[in-house]
Amino acid sequence: MPLPKFEYLSPKSLEEALRLLAERGEGTHLLAGGTDLLVRMAHGHLKPRAVIALKQIDALGGIRFDPEGGLTIGATALLDEVASHPDVRAHYPSVACAAQETANVQIRNMGTVAGNLCNAAPSADNAPTLTAMGGEAVIAGPKGERRVPLDRFFQGPGQTAIEPGEILTAVHVPAAPPGFGTSYQHISPRGKVDIAAVCVGAMVGMEGAVCKEARIVLGAVAPTPMRAEKAEALVKGKELTPEVLVQAGDQASEESRPISDMRASAEYRKRMTAVLTRRAVEQAARAAANGSR
Amino acid sequence: MKQMLTLRVNGITHELSVEPWRTLNEVLRDELNLTGTKLGCGSGDCGACTVLVDGRSVSSCLTLAVSVDGGEIATVEGLAPSGEELHPVQASFVEKGAIQCGFCTAGMEMSAVFLLGRNQAPDEGEIRAGLSGNLCRCTGYNQIVEAVADAAERMKTS
Repeated sequence: MPLPKFEYLSPKSLEEALRLLAERGEGTHLLAGGTDLLVRMAHGHLKPRAVIALKQIDALGGIRFDPEGGLTIGATALLDEVASHPDVRAHYPSVACAAQETANVQIRNMGTVAGNLCNAAPSADNAPTLTAMGGEAVIAGPKGERRVPLDRFFQGPGQTAIEPGEILTAVHVPAAPPGFGTSYQHISPRGKVDIAAVCVGAMVGMEGAVCKEARIVLGAVAPTPMRAEKAEALVKGKELTPEVLVQAGDQASEESRPISDMRASAEYRKRMTAVLTRRAVEQAARAAANGSR
Repeated sequence: MKQMLTLRVNGITHELSVEPWRTLNEVLRDELNLTGTKLGCGSGDCGACTVLVDGRSVSSCLTLAVSVDGGEIATVEGLAPSGEELHPVQASFVEKGAIQCGFCTAGMEMSAVFLLGRNQAPDEGEIRAGLSGNLCRCTGYNQIVEAVADAAERMKTS
C-alpha cells in the first residue's frame, strides 16, 4: 500500500530536531531506521503529519565504550553495528547477542537498538539484557537532558517514558564489574528470525559459587519487559545448584503474565519462561566464572 | 512538496525530484524503470525488494527514497558487469537450479552478494542465516543454499 503523505524533515543537529518537534507538535514522528514506523504507515495504522529523520544528526550516531563510564549506544546506531562492534562483543556479549538475534539481516542493516526500545513491543529483543545490565535511556527535551532507568522506561505496549517533545538520544549501559556475567535467551515459533515468543535477559554477580546479585528480565510475557524480582530474590545469597536454578525458573514463570496470541499460547509461554530463565541464570553464572561476561 | 535528491544507482548518478513518502522501491521501479527489484510483502518480511545501500542490504520497501539522498545504491541490474557475462552469484543460481518463478531471485542474489562480501567462505548455517530475510515459495531453499556455496567457490578462484 502506498505510504500516506507527510512532511519530511531532516535536521542536522539535536537542537534543530527538538525545535522542529516542538513546532510541528502532535502527529510528528521520529524516524531512525524506519523498520517499525514505515510498516505501521504502510498498513494504514499511522498517518503522521510530519516525520523527523534523525540520521543526519552526527551526535546521535555511533557506539562509544569507556572501561569506567560504560557503553553508550547512539540513537541511530544500527542493530548490526551493535552486534558486530568489537567492544560490545568483548564487554557486553549479551547485548551484542540480543542485537544479532533481532529480526533478519536487512532489518539489522536498517533498524536501531534505540528504535527497538522506543517502539516498546513487549517482545523487544534488546530490552531484557539492556534492562538487566542497568541500562538507562538518555532523553533530551526542551528542558534539557534526563535519564530514565530502563526498568521504568516501558509503560505499556508501544508506550514509554518519553514525553511529547522529547527525543531518546542514546542508551547508556554501565560497565559490569568483575565477577558479573550475563546471558540472553529467546525462543520463537519460526527459527530465529521471528519475533520472540519469550525472551529472557539475566545478569548475575558471583562470589565463587554463591550468587550475590541477580537481575532477571522477562520479555513477551507481560505488557512490558518485566523484572522477575521474586526470582531474583530467590537466587541471591545462594549457591546456584541445579535445584535452585529450577526453582528460579519456576518462580519467574509464576511472576510472568503472558497472553495467548498468534506466536504462542499463554501456557506455552509460562513453561518456556521457566526453561529460559533457568538457562539464562545458569549461562550468566558460567560467563561470570570464566570472565567472559 | 517534491524534494530534490541524488542517487547513484549501479554507478550511474540520477538527479530526481521525489515526494518524501515515496519508497526507494517505488523510485527504483517507477522512476528509473529498474523493475528487477520486486515488491513482495511491503513490510520487510519477504526480502524480494532487497537492494544494497552504501554496501548494506536493506528492504527497499521500508526505505524512504529521501532518506538515502546521496547514497550509493546497488540493484540486481548492476550485478552482471557487461550484461553478457553473469556475476558469479547469478551464474551459480542458474546452474544450480536456484530459480523457479524468479520473484525472490533478485532479493536472494543481493542478500547473497552482501553475505559473500562479509564472509568469503560461509558454511551452510551461515548461508541460511544470511538468507533468513528472504523467502522463496518455490525451491525449498536447498538449491539456493547450494548456489551461494558454489558462488563462494567461484569468487575465491576468480
